[in-house]
Amino acid sequence: MKNIKFLLIGALFGLILTKTEAVSWYRIQEMFRFQSFHMYGIIGSAVVVGLISVLLIRFFKIKSLGGEDIVIPDKTFNKGSVIGGTIFGMGWALAGACPGPLYALAGAGYPAIWLAIASALFGTWLYSYLRPKLPH
Amino acid sequence: MSTFIEWLSQPWPWYVSGPLIGITVPLLLITGNKMLGISSSLRHTCAAVYPKNIPFLKYNWKAESWNLFFAGGIFLGGLLGGSLLANPDAVALTAEAQASVEALGVSAQDGLLPESLFGWEAFGSLRAWIILVLGGFMIGFGARYAGGCTSGHAIMGLSSLQWPSLVTVIFFFIGGLLMTHVLAPFFYALP
Repeated sequence: MKNIKFLLIGALFGLILTKTEAVSWYRIQEMFRFQSFHMYGIIGSAVVVGLISVLLIRFFKIKSLGGEDIVIPDKTFNKGSVIGGTIFGMGWALAGACPGPLYALAGAGYPAIWLAIASALFGTWLYSYLRPKLPH
Repeated sequence: MSTFIEWLSQPWPWYVSGPLIGITVPLLLITGNKMLGISSSLRHTCAAVYPKNIPFLKYNWKAESWNLFFAGGIFLGGLLGGSLLANPDAVALTAEAQASVEALGVSAQDGLLPESLFGWEAFGSLRAWIILVLGGFMIGFGARYAGGCTSGHAIMGLSSLQWPSLVTVIFFFIGGLLMTHVLAPFFYALP
């Protein structure tokens, strides 16, 4: 039952993505052609609000509801940031969606998005399988 | 109430949605000490369904099940945003964007998404299959290889001032620009 709150936060997140058309293939085409400020405004203002929140949490040493210290593990840099990042960006632009929108679009009732979801699962699995052989 | 629903049914401008997306960062940190990230749910699903002795998939995914609930929530949010609160009009594109989309052989008047790529008719189109299967594959493979996707790196990573995330996001864009301006016209020209 403790997971219900994450279901609710996810629902809010999915609703926002859908209502602001961030799930739209059209908006992604526009973004990569610099034809509209919309997506840049969304990502930019999300980062500003997220950054201020993280700074406030750190400054006031705010604890989680469970009473724990809030810890944000460091992301590590490796070759995957470059190679994987480029591959991800290509997929994002080709299909016009990233993982959040994949789920939201399935919910919104676009049947063919399941092809991309199934393929994304296979891509994740194949990466896991090939991981020891890939440059990192 | 009906005017409220009507108001909610308009597309939300970036200065409303962006800050609300940003709020999910502290919301997840405070409610459960969790980091915003969506592509991990793909890994957890693989670990749950078919780990096949792969070290990267042999871990206690149940300890991360919150992330699967979060992904399930996004599905429900899309369901609500695509039905009861659906935007009444097609995505409003500039004339320039409309021309670019039509140059790819895609209708610019279809609503939230082009039906030829995402609706039932997509199943009968070689082009749609290749775009969705190849695109989906690169999304899943690339996100895991890069250690996260748009939410984990662009939103969560940049919000916590992590330079590896900044590098990753720059390469997301390099890949996206390369696809959009060099490779995509080839894929979209398929029958």
